[in-house]
Order: sequence, then C-alpha cells, then structure tokens
Amino acid sequence: MMTAVRSNQPKKLHPHKFTLWVAMGSICMMFAALTSAYIVKRNQGIWEDVSFPKMFYYSTVVIIISSITIHIALKAFKARERNRYKFFITLTVFLGVLFALLQWIGFKELTNSGIKLLGAGSNAAASFLVVIIGLHTLHVLGGIIALIVAFFRAFSKKTINYNTTSIEIVATYWHFVDLLWIYLFIFLAWIK
Amino acid sequence: MSNEAVLHTPSSYAVHDDHAHDHHHHETFITKYVFSQDHKMISKQFLITGMVWALIGGLLSVLFRLQLGYPDSKFPWLQDLLGKFWVEDGRITAQAYYALVTTHGTVLIFFVLTAGLSGTFANFLIPLQIGARDMASPFMNMLSYWFFFAASCVMFSSLFVETGPFSGGWTAYPPLSALGQASPGSKTGMDLWLISMALFVVSTLLGGLNYVATVLNMRTKGMSMTRLPLTIWALFFTAVLGILTFPVLFSGFILLIFDRNFGTSFYLSDLYVNGTVLPNEGGSAILYQHLFWFLAHPEVYIVMLPAMGMVSEILSINSRKPIFGYIAMVGSLFAITCLSLLVWAHHMFVTGLNPFLGSIFVLFTLLIAVPSAIKVFNWLTTLWRGNIRFTPAMMFAIGFVSLFISGGLTGIWLGNSALDIHLHDTYFNIAHFHLVMGVASFFGMFAGVYHWYPKMYGRQLNNTLAYIHFWVTMIGAYLIFWPMHYEGLAGMPRRYYDYSIWESFKQFAELNRFISTVVIIVFATQFLFLFNFFYSIFKGRKATNPNPWGANTLEWTTPIHPGHGNWPGEIPEVHRWAYDYGKDDREFIPQTEPVGANESHH
Repeated sequence: MMTAVRSNQPKKLHPHKFTLWVAMGSICMMFAALTSAYIVKRNQGIWEDVSFPKMFYYSTVVIIISSITIHIALKAFKARERNRYKFFITLTVFLGVLFALLQWIGFKELTNSGIKLLGAGSNAAASFLVVIIGLHTLHVLGGIIALIVAFFRAFSKKTINYNTTSIEIVATYWHFVDLLWIYLFIFLAWIK
Repeated sequence: MSNEAVLHTPSSYAVHDDHAHDHHHHETFITKYVFSQDHKMISKQFLITGMVWALIGGLLSVLFRLQLGYPDSKFPWLQDLLGKFWVEDGRITAQAYYALVTTHGTVLIFFVLTAGLSGTFANFLIPLQIGARDMASPFMNMLSYWFFFAASCVMFSSLFVETGPFSGGWTAYPPLSALGQASPGSKTGMDLWLISMALFVVSTLLGGLNYVATVLNMRTKGMSMTRLPLTIWALFFTAVLGILTFPVLFSGFILLIFDRNFGTSFYLSDLYVNGTVLPNEGGSAILYQHLFWFLAHPEVYIVMLPAMGMVSEILSINSRKPIFGYIAMVGSLFAITCLSLLVWAHHMFVTGLNPFLGSIFVLFTLLIAVPSAIKVFNWLTTLWRGNIRFTPAMMFAIGFVSLFISGGLTGIWLGNSALDIHLHDTYFNIAHFHLVMGVASFFGMFAGVYHWYPKMYGRQLNNTLAYIHFWVTMIGAYLIFWPMHYEGLAGMPRRYYDYSIWESFKQFAELNRFISTVVIIVFATQFLFLFNFFYSIFKGRKATNPNPWGANTLEWTTPIHPGHGNWPGEIPEVHRWAYDYGKDDREFIPQTEPVGANESHH
C-alpha cells in the first residue's frame, strides 16, 4: 500500500526524515548556545587554558571512519547485499562504542595531568569540556542505541525488511553527530 | 496521500471504509482516553491539564494578592488549610510569598500559556485545518503530552516539599537557583523545578518537531502554504521559535545543574553565603541571563502567536469578511518571529550591559512595534464595516485586540533603555507584560475554546455564562493592571513582600487592596467558565450543524464527532484560500469548493 500510495505523489521527504532534520537543527541550537557561552565566558577572565588531550584526535579519526562504514552499510542495504550490510552495521556499532570509550579515556588523561574538571577549584574552561563533549557523547550513545536496533533487525531471522527509511534516518543522524563532533573538535582544539 | 502511508495503523481507522466509525468499538478506554495517539484527544488532554494548572496558578496569585492587598489582616483559616510553611500567625510568610510568585510565573508561562495554549490548539487545529489524518508522528505526539504530564507531576509535588517550592523568581537566576544554602526554596524545591522544566523542554520539542513536520509535509492536495488559515501560520511560527530557543534554555539549565550539583563555576563567583566563603571563582551570573532570555523573550511570542492566529481567524469568520491583508499578516508573523530572536538583552539593560550594545537591542525591540502595528491595523480593518456577530469567541477575540494594544503601547516605553532605568523591575513592567502577553493570550485561548468547542465535544457552550465570563474578565483585567502602571511610574518595585513599611508606597495601600479585591472577583468568575466547560461536555446543547459558525476551513467539513483519521472518506481537496467571506453575494465559500468559471478574483 505504501509504495502504491506514495508513487502518485511528487517526490517528497518522508515526514519522519523531515522531523529528524528539524530535530538536528534543534540540537545545533543547543550546541551553538554552549559554544557561544564558552566564548562569552572565556572573554570574562579567570580562564585557565586546558591542553586538548591527544586521545580526542584518535576519537576524531574513529568517528570519521564510522561515518564511512555506515555509508557503505546503507549502500549495501539498498543493493540488498545482506551480508555486506550486516558486516558494516556491526563495524559501525563497534566504532561508535570505541569513540565513546576514547572520549572517556581522554577525560581520564586530563584528570591525570592534574586538571580539575568538576568540583571545588575547577575552572570553567575544563568544566565546559565536560559539559560540551559529554553532551555530544550522549547524543552519540543515542545513535548507538538506534544502531543496535538496526543491528538486531539485520540479524533477525523472523522478518526481512527492505524498507530503507529507518536505516536512512539512522545513517543521517550518525553523519550528523560526526559533523557535530568535527565542529566541536575544531572549535575546542583550534579556535577555542 | 503520503500521510496515510505514515499512519500505518489500520486498526485505529479504516480509510477506505465509509463506516469507519463503526470500527472504533474495539478501542479500549486506555488507548482512547489515556495513551491516545489521536491528535484530537491529545489536544484535549493538553487543554484540561492546562486548565488545572491555570486554576492552581490563579489560586497562587490570589494568595499573594491577599498579602499585598491586606498586609495587616490575619487569615487564621488559611493557616488551618495550608499549614505553617505557607501561613504563620494568620499571615502569608515571606518565604511562601516568594514561592507563590515564582510558581505562579513558571506555571502560567510554561504550563498554561505554552503547553495549554499551543499544545491544545496546535494539536487540534493543525491536522484538521491542513487536511491530514493525524500528526507526522502520532507516537511522538503522545510522548509530548506524557512528558508534559510528568513535568506537571514533578512541579506539583514541589508544592508539598517541606522547604517549599523554588522561590527565586520564575527566571531562576543564579546564585539563588544554583546554591541550595541560599534560601529554603533553593533546596529540594529548585531540584524539582529543574527536573520539571527539563521534562517540559523535552515535551515542547517533541511537540514542536511534529507541528513543523506536519505543516510542511502533510497538507492535503491543493493546500498550498498561501492557502493556509492564519491559525496554522501562527502555530507553525510558534513551533519554529520553540525549536530554535528551547534547546538554548536547556543548555543554560545544564550548566546550572553542573553548578548546583557538580561544584563547577559557570555562573558563580566570589560568594559569601551565611558567613562562609564559597570556593567558586570566575563564573558569571550574566551568562545565565543571556542563555535564559534567548529563550524567554521568544517565549513571550510562543505565548502570543497562537493567540494572534486564532484571533485573526475568529475575527474574520465573525465579521463575515475576508481577513484584511492576508500576506501582510503572514509577513508580520514572520517578522515578529525573526525579530524576537534578536531582542533578548532588553531584559538586561540594567545588568551593566554595554550601552552601545544596549542601543542595538533598543532598535530591534522598537522595530517589533512595526509588525505588531500591522497586525493591529489589519484586525481593526477586518472588523471595519463587517457584519459582526458577537459570539462569545468574537467577544474574546476583540478583547484580545484591545488588551494587545493597551499592553503593547507600554512595550515601547520599556523597550527604551533610558526609560528602563526608572521602570525596570517595577509594577509598570508587571502591568505591561500581564496585559500584552498574560491576559491577552488568555483571551486568545478563551476565544479558541469558545470557537472550537463544538468541534471538540460536539456540543455548544452556554452563551449567557460565556458573556458574564467575558465582561467580568475583561473589565477586571483592566481594573487589576491599569492601576499598576501608576504604581510602577511612582517607582514601586515588584516582588516585594510588604509595601506598607515604605513611606513612599504607603499611598498605594488602598489601591493595592482594590486590586486584590478585583483579583478575587475575577478568579471566582473563572469558575463560571470551568463549570460551563465541564457541564457542557456532558449536558451541553448538542451541535446539530457540522459547521455552526459558517466557516470556510477544513475542520468544519468533518463529521460532528470525527473519529481517529478525521474524515470518514477521502481527505477533501482544497481549491481556494480560507477567507472567501461575503464574496459574490455568498456569505461564505468553503475551501473545498472549486473556483467557479465566472467567479470574481479576490
């Protein structure tokens, strides 16, 4: 019914996809607010520059690769190459978890070098990293949950789904958190 | 239709079956009335929850007006009723007074005039007026309500905490909101306030995403954007504003939560509380104000725009005339939406803001007067020489225009940073925003309820009660807020507990008593509306005409009791704009009617 009904409509974005785009705009506003708060705060003095941990460079590479793998997974899904799709969706889940892990290690690195992130005596410069990067990681974790759902669907023996909408939505969101991280990375590592 | 493809729940309605109604009997009570995914039911849930909150919020204002109007009187019976935290020795305690003011503001702005107003009417009108079966995502829509409900429960529970609800003002400025030791209300009450508001932001975003996606994607055939009724335009811009600004508030809250619970110093610096020095260093309380007002100024338009949209629609229908300047109306809505994002710092003129920056914000603030004036002009010209039917909805719509003018003019005063030095934080400000945004939006909401009630419940409200409700509320609103301008011009500051100890404000003792008395009368009158509303759901006069007001829009082409899916058969096609009233000697021409061969152009 779906294809039959949709074919006589001009090519329109699926409402769920559209909703995702609006939601991504909304998330952008949240991070725009945080990064502008960062700029405002930095210009008000009592600001201790924090060296950006090496680990975040590695995590950047990981999330960029994961964007490529999910793109391949989506292409495989559309081409109905089930096994290729299964492999790459699994790889993406793995890379996503690795990214979150690397972020965690990055903060460990920071605290080990004697920087107080939270609590008495902490500087807003370091606390901002926790809030901004932490919030981004939460958004990545949300994407991982969606990926895991896709993963279980891919390996389900009961039903085989050829509808690309949900996997396209997951992929778009995944590219979005990737781009968002690249923005935050450039902002926090270089522009500051 | 693409929207049918989305709603792949064939159990809830049968699109191709003319007897769709008959298939509803297997819906259980839970799926129909509680966890409903039908936008009409969700809108009623928003409305009734909003009404409960309006009642609570209004009652809170009656309590603090008792203190302001009768500072020397004692109310031992109130102490028996509310307990020692709220009333001691028969007087409202200072702590309770601040808690009352704070909760009154939070509840009315967010829970009543945001969730209760746009939650109700965006849900109800968007699918019905654009010709859609339901929202883009009915499930998210349901979640939106339940997040609001959860937020409501948390906020309500904060009223019963031993240390009281949050008491630092609805704006929740740090350090009062960030430090538990700052005041009793900053303890558990503030924690609950923050949790509740976070849930509320989620609810608003889920709702807003849906509204935008639905308006842009799910319009029926022929319903181009320029054929949309103004209600939809207004609700659309409202949703866009919410989506752009609530995340910013959320960011502000996240930093606040870190300051409260994780010892960071985003907003806190160099503080002494009760003799102890706090370790926080380098934070800026002004930063919070920037983040807060970036939402909270557009928030007043989130509150206003739905009322504007509904009023435009109701004025046109009941003047039996097309709306004057449709495109100008849409354009001014758009202009207001854009400008509202650029004026937040006019709430911060006296925080030490750079005067040069301040002057830019003055400019943008005063610019809002232009689209606002366009709207007022168009409403008045719509009424001009109209064949006016004074239905209760029409009365409230005209009342809205009156209040919007009265309250809007003082906005021009307050938008001047120089005048603001004298007027900020006075009763002048209270009078301004209550008239222009508080009462005016309430009037929009009342107008909407009176107008769309037959569509919501298939029955009519009682007109006599409605007219009494209108006149008492209308006159009462002016009697309450007009005198406050004088108090404010005399420099009487807002949020003070007791003015009788000030030599300069003793002269206002009787005026304050007068205001408080009117507040009690107006509050009591709202019970007429509540009675009318709930009584008529069950016993009201049954609507026999599916289009009782002779309106053009699509919602009146549905059956009197539309099922889930709204139209039993095909979704109607739209052939014209929504405002063909009094055209070619015909009283009204519904949007579904094809344009005739020899019809005149508008």
